[in-house]
Amino acid sequence: MKRSILEAAKVIRSKNAGPFELTFDIIFKDREYFELFKSQNIVNPELIAKLYKIDVSDVLGIVWFAPANAVKATIKRPLASGAPGETDIYGAQQHAPLLEIEF
Amino acid sequence: MTDEFRVLSPTAILGYGFPESSFRKGMERKPHLIAVDAGSTDPGPYYLGAGKAFTNRAFVKRDLRYMLREGVKNNIPVVVGTAGGSGASVHLEWCRQIVLEIAAEEKLSFKMGVIPADVSKETVKKALGEGRITPLACVPELTESLVDETTYLVAQIGPEPIIEALKAGCNVVLAGRCYDPACFAALPIMLGYDEGLALHMGKILECAAIAATPGSGADCALGILKKDSFILEALSPKRKFTCESAAAHTLYEKSDPYHLPGPGGAINLENCSFTDIGDGRVEVRGSRFEPTPRYLIKLEGARSIGYRSISIAGTRDPIMIGSIDQILAEVKAHIKEMSPEDDRSEQLFFHVYGKNGVMGQLEPLATTSSHELCIVIEALCPSQDEADTLCSVARSTLLHYGYAGRISTAGNLAFPFSPSDIKMGNVYEFSVYHLMDPAGEELFKPIIEDI
Repeated sequence: MKRSILEAAKVIRSKNAGPFELTFDIIFKDREYFELFKSQNIVNPELIAKLYKIDVSDVLGIVWFAPANAVKATIKRPLASGAPGETDIYGAQQHAPLLEIEF
Repeated sequence: MTDEFRVLSPTAILGYGFPESSFRKGMERKPHLIAVDAGSTDPGPYYLGAGKAFTNRAFVKRDLRYMLREGVKNNIPVVVGTAGGSGASVHLEWCRQIVLEIAAEEKLSFKMGVIPADVSKETVKKALGEGRITPLACVPELTESLVDETTYLVAQIGPEPIIEALKAGCNVVLAGRCYDPACFAALPIMLGYDEGLALHMGKILECAAIAATPGSGADCALGILKKDSFILEALSPKRKFTCESAAAHTLYEKSDPYHLPGPGGAINLENCSFTDIGDGRVEVRGSRFEPTPRYLIKLEGARSIGYRSISIAGTRDPIMIGSIDQILAEVKAHIKEMSPEDDRSEQLFFHVYGKNGVMGQLEPLATTSSHELCIVIEALCPSQDEADTLCSVARSTLLHYGYAGRISTAGNLAFPFSPSDIKMGNVYEFSVYHLMDPAGEELFKPIIEDI
């Protein structure tokens, strides 16, 4: 039975990384969850592309950062921050689809 | 070089405030430097493009008063990075005027270094012509016309011009657009401390207590730089630094936490370790500075793209909510039909809160289960008059639009305000976000004055 990522993560957030990129952080509750997700490669470009309905080529990178028990995914912003049609200047409320991740 | 170098960072952004008790506690630790980051591109392109501060003048003055009074009295250098929020000459002057007011009110005298970070359009166009400009990831190529249309064009300066001002004996340094860690790292680098550790410490201190737990953008933090490490300390009993809070902050607003690029090189954190040393303190080791083969600087600029008017309204009608996408598309088509030679459909935006107002095209949910929606009508046109007209016509058309299946025939929208339409003024977008190789040219010189 699949479990929700909310069991494993204590922080799930999004933010601009500069005005042209959007970056997601998932910080796990402990090293075990981090290792579990990392070893099974649960967070990968295909998953991020699927969750956000974007091309895999717009997923710029996935980085596992052990010092923080965290994984980071960065995507191309659909629009540069503040460009016509903008919905979230700071990019701080784009994380919700990540809450659907299961393991 | 002393055994340790203590840096007091009062707040995440100058003007966000801090508790006086934390600041006093920081001063009791006898800091060698009081430094603050005063800016960001996060609030969007408007503030750089329009030459306005995004922080409140009264609170910037409040924060600066504490820093200047204590710094000047105790002979501790005060360094402000990205003065005025976006760090162009107009922002720098805004901050300088506040400093002058405080100095007069508090009867303070000191030597001040002001470092403009503006880069002239000629310099940028010359570099463009010589192939010394490269776009950052996801940024369009720079063109001469984009440079010409840019209202304010700045570079993120590194620690070097700040060091020059400090070497000249400045007690107070106001830097224009500045690589966030540079205002914290300049003085210790000048004194011989390790560049990688100094910059990494600055990278954390630039957000002050945001990197502690519980985090706060309006509280102080202390950094203690040593020969082979640095220590982070919270200055409020309410919070502490933990390995996780410090490491997690390294992820913040960055695409690659192992390599943090800045002017002239990057901080490499591949061998970085975080150790809890008790009493809410964390010791960090192993951060290295790696210079790039060429010293590159990041340019930032914004240009005007028109004027905006908005109208805010709501709907509570389930029939309308059920076919909102179609209704809004039809309203756009109807407006186009009213003036076919003057198609403005590309200038009209509907932000539909309760459906996809927050995520726009990234929203994965196709349907809404909200019982009410907020619709923000946005018109973005070449002039304010045109934006007002388009916003007004869109508002009245949507208000009385006879969509299929409509049974509420008195009006489709609930307006919370009269007047319903708001002029938003000039709108900007980032036009320059590129790396430039200055080809050895020294672009940023401190202007020194006695206050």
